[in-house]
Amino acid sequence: MKRNEKILKSMKHVVLILGAVIMLVPFAWMILTAFKTNSEAMQINPFVIFPKEWRTEAFVNVWNKMNFIRLYANTLIMIVIRILCAVLTATMAGYAFGRLKFRGRDFWFALILFQMMVPGQIFIIPQYLMVGKVGMLNTMFSLVFPGLVTAFGTFLMRQAYMGLPKDLEDAATLDGCNIGQTFLYVMMPLTKSSMVALGIFTALFGYKELMWPLIANTEQSTMPLSAALAKIQGQYGSNFPELMAASMIACIPMIVLYLFFQKQFIEGIATSGGKL
Amino acid sequence: MNNKKRKKYINRKRKEFAWGCLFILPTMTGLIILNIIPIFQTIYQSFFKTGAFGRGNIFVGLTNYKRLILDGAVWQALLNTIKYAIAEVPISIAIALVIAVLLNEKMQGRSIYRAIYFLPMVVAPAAVSMVWKWLFNTEFGLLNHLLESIGLKSVAWISNPAIAIYSIAAVGIWSVIGYNMVLFLAGLQEIPRDYYEAAQIDGANSVQQFFNITVPLISPTMFFVVVTRIIASMQIFDSIFMMIDTSSPALKKTQSLVYLFYRYAFVENNKGYGSAIVTLLLGVIMIITIFQMVIQKKWVHYN
Repeated sequence: MKRNEKILKSMKHVVLILGAVIMLVPFAWMILTAFKTNSEAMQINPFVIFPKEWRTEAFVNVWNKMNFIRLYANTLIMIVIRILCAVLTATMAGYAFGRLKFRGRDFWFALILFQMMVPGQIFIIPQYLMVGKVGMLNTMFSLVFPGLVTAFGTFLMRQAYMGLPKDLEDAATLDGCNIGQTFLYVMMPLTKSSMVALGIFTALFGYKELMWPLIANTEQSTMPLSAALAKIQGQYGSNFPELMAASMIACIPMIVLYLFFQKQFIEGIATSGGKL
Repeated sequence: MNNKKRKKYINRKRKEFAWGCLFILPTMTGLIILNIIPIFQTIYQSFFKTGAFGRGNIFVGLTNYKRLILDGAVWQALLNTIKYAIAEVPISIAIALVIAVLLNEKMQGRSIYRAIYFLPMVVAPAAVSMVWKWLFNTEFGLLNHLLESIGLKSVAWISNPAIAIYSIAAVGIWSVIGYNMVLFLAGLQEIPRDYYEAAQIDGANSVQQFFNITVPLISPTMFFVVVTRIIASMQIFDSIFMMIDTSSPALKKTQSLVYLFYRYAFVENNKGYGSAIVTLLLGVIMIITIFQMVIQKKWVHYN
């Protein structure tokens, strides 16, 4: 019995390690290729797995071709503004939907649910025309625009507020807090973990988004990383070390953040069950 | 006294209304401008022929829809999208569930495994697709090198029209396993441990426990994951856009509805026809959602 258990346990690890290796191979290959020369990358006889010399040429070349500092800055500015706006508005609305009773509440909440059910691409043409009409394409405004408010985040925050006990509110009312004060000083601090989850979700969503920046921010000066990668591939399509170096440059900041805040990332996704 | 109480109650109601409206005002204003009006504008637009920036709108009635019905590329795209979903959703869910069950107990390296499986979730699809395109490369790619080194023939992963969509689905599976796994792990925590202990006493082995306890009790999570994954996979765009060149022989057999929408609306600037395509997508997703809600009762066990 004991021996069987041991075998079972090591079988488990074998399966898990095998899976983990498969998950990591693309990352490993990205890194290995980025440090090769182009001829090493395209050599098949013999096939080169590790670069003979770890060269940084590919990084230098793509760094000179694209203004990555600008791309990082654009992405960061977009993410920060979106987080501020989306978390603030969704927290307020989530509190109203979750804790207050007022006429029209169910109607407005139905609109939130309706937005969550339709495919996001249906908003894109009118959003593009709107931004175009006010002459704001290729600006920070256009980059941020679709993410200013969030129906999904409102839903998430409502769930968080609904889970809080009623006594807290009553106690605050007895102490003379009005509704705004109750929200700000008593209830909101208790939903911090959901706010963090929504913040992480918003950041990941903005960082991964491709179609919107592809159409609304076509100039390098206002492009985020994702659209820049598409552009690099379109222009320098077959220099694989350079493409992999560009991917690495685009991925590393988020991976580092993830490694530091792993718990928040994973729990954020688990609690939000987000639609990423 | 009674009157005073009543007054107080009405006063409170009024205050709640005022605060409620104030709190939802920013979100609702944004939502109506950014999402609700655009839904109707897109549907409206689908009855028009359009010029740049919405100027020169000419009402054409159902012409866009007539064209859509007769457009083989649209139906092929719908078929490609469905093929993608059928390949991606069940496989990624099955693998993720198995991994989640394996990880759902105290063991060495648990958090490291979890971190590794989740890793693809935090990288941009644009970057990931470029890496996979390179792995899939017919002449110089790692995958074909591995195949050849064990004596198999190389495969045109993303340029063979017959298999390209499944190669893209493989990337989708790889990307989403960690995400599904995390959701399943959260669901598995909810299953009381005594169920397993009772089953062990009754002599059930781990496979029996998996099918008789885990699977039925995880069905609410499963339902949620299935619904969100099907809807998300019906909107597949990034990996196709990044991995399949416009000159690729596999383009026709891989382009999804959203890809077609993008091409018509923003490359060929035919916003009317693009709107008709995305309205079709809306219809398809609505049908899937309603269908899932109906069959939900049949297989989801809520406690």
